[in-house]
Amino acid sequence: MIWNSSQESMSRDELAACQSRRLRELVQRVYHGVAFYRDKMQRLGMMPEDIRTVEDLPSLPFTTKSDLRDNYPFGLFGVPLDQIVRLHASSGTTGRPTVVGYTRRDIGVWSEVIARSLASTGTTPTDLIQVAYGYGLFTGGLGLHYGAEKLGCAVIPISGGNSKRQVQIMRDFGTTVLACTPSYALHLAEAIADEHIDRSDLKLRVGVFGAEPWTDGMRREIEQRLGLTAMDIYGLSEVMGPGVACECSARCGLHVQEDHFFPEIVDPESLKTQDPAIRGELVFTTLTKEGLPLLRYRTRDLTTLDASACACGRTTVRMAKCLARSDDMLIIRGVNVFPSQIEAVLMGLAGVAPHYVIEVDREHNLDVLSLLVEVDERLFADTMGQLESWTASVRRQIESALGVSIRVRLVEPKTIARSEGKAKRVIDRRNIQ
Amino acid sequence: MKVQQLSVFLENRSGRLTEVTETLGHACINITAQCVADSSDYGVLRMVVSDPVQAAALLRARGLSVTLTDVVCIETPNVPGALHKALEQLSTAGVSVDYMYAFANGQTALVLIRTSDITRTVNVLLAGGQKLVGPRDLGMSYAGAFDPSE
Repeated sequence: MIWNSSQESMSRDELAACQSRRLRELVQRVYHGVAFYRDKMQRLGMMPEDIRTVEDLPSLPFTTKSDLRDNYPFGLFGVPLDQIVRLHASSGTTGRPTVVGYTRRDIGVWSEVIARSLASTGTTPTDLIQVAYGYGLFTGGLGLHYGAEKLGCAVIPISGGNSKRQVQIMRDFGTTVLACTPSYALHLAEAIADEHIDRSDLKLRVGVFGAEPWTDGMRREIEQRLGLTAMDIYGLSEVMGPGVACECSARCGLHVQEDHFFPEIVDPESLKTQDPAIRGELVFTTLTKEGLPLLRYRTRDLTTLDASACACGRTTVRMAKCLARSDDMLIIRGVNVFPSQIEAVLMGLAGVAPHYVIEVDREHNLDVLSLLVEVDERLFADTMGQLESWTASVRRQIESALGVSIRVRLVEPKTIARSEGKAKRVIDRRNIQ
Repeated sequence: MKVQQLSVFLENRSGRLTEVTETLGHACINITAQCVADSSDYGVLRMVVSDPVQAAALLRARGLSVTLTDVVCIETPNVPGALHKALEQLSTAGVSVDYMYAFANGQTALVLIRTSDITRTVNVLLAGGQKLVGPRDLGMSYAGAFDPSE
């Protein structure tokens, strides 16, 4: 079922006209409403009238995560705070969260794109949806919640954690749609087995999984163990939240809600617009957003775009499943983690960062983050108490800065590999590419 | 009356201890006392050796993290209550013990202690009539072993 066929099945020409019209309005809005964009455009000698169609987009400057960080918390908002009805935040590169704001209309658009996304996964108003994405500053939980309510599902706002209770509710309420991270889905599969719940006791039919990269191999495993159809949903808080793109029953890419989020593919090195069939960095322009309107936001996700006809009948462009990034950001249990955040904590505690490496493993389907630190003589203390308290201090500060738990292990000097050029700070042993 | 003790950071995996003992044995450095404080991932190896400065240099050359710490060595009679007497003197004086290791053999026992204040520890124990064993009597034969205040 297509939730909004007038928007999702337009001809490509009608869509381009709609996008161009919205882009013109957007550029006027940001030029007059956001000092950051006005300055940038003025320095380029550009006026809003110079942007007539989406073809003119490449003449506009990019926006990056560090622009949001530099304007923390509300510097890039397009409206006064009294028009903001919701705030969300995700982690940034140096411990400052990335803050996003929404007007009432933005929340309406967000609910709309989620409703479209859920419908494309095969979810209908008669479904019982268990939203096990985290509720809170993270956009996952509330994003799915509002959209599922709009679609008309019965929503179970269970958030993450307490797997035992999750599976009991899944069985007792008769959950038909599960929305959570793919690794949490596998974790729940284990909890189902631990509670001796039989697959036939469950009514799961569809899974709506995202917030972290996951392979087709993981998809098959999830489907086999939970007995549902596992669908991929994509999004990022800066652009809106989950719901920017979602898979349909044809399962050959995720339809981008491009009447709201205009996608481009650029070369990650030169930043020049390139043929979207060649993998490059995904860039979004938020055509209709008011609270935090963004021009050409660099997602750092690598993908391709395909506008050819889709068997489902939607004409919106499809992006390939995202499995790689053009920066060093990690996604740990759905949370963005930058190695530089960890390095900043070590520098703060030791004066100079000691040699370290971050290891990422997947144990029982949950991501496990470990930090190995070489104990050189600056750090070596003679009592176990001092070593333990330093370790505990590192762990506490990193967990506080990142919002994910981390194991800290002390190792001997010279045991971490040195490299000629840029240090390899992360060893990711999860097989997600 | 302070004794220089060598501490080495070692990961808890096989071959680490023998790397240390091989290095010292090869250089004809004798180990007088030794203990390992362990945790699941790593341990601190503490030793009183015949030449701690040379030993530190050799172990550092092998890439190990090494530190030198002042400790005190008490000789008590090998009878019940002897250790208690010494520890009570420290406790009354408000000196806290970080760690200790000891071995009794024959008539006497030797106790190595690290405390929060080594200088005060020496004064308190001597005032309490305890016998302190200096570097020379522990087989330490290097330039810094002779404390002029002895």
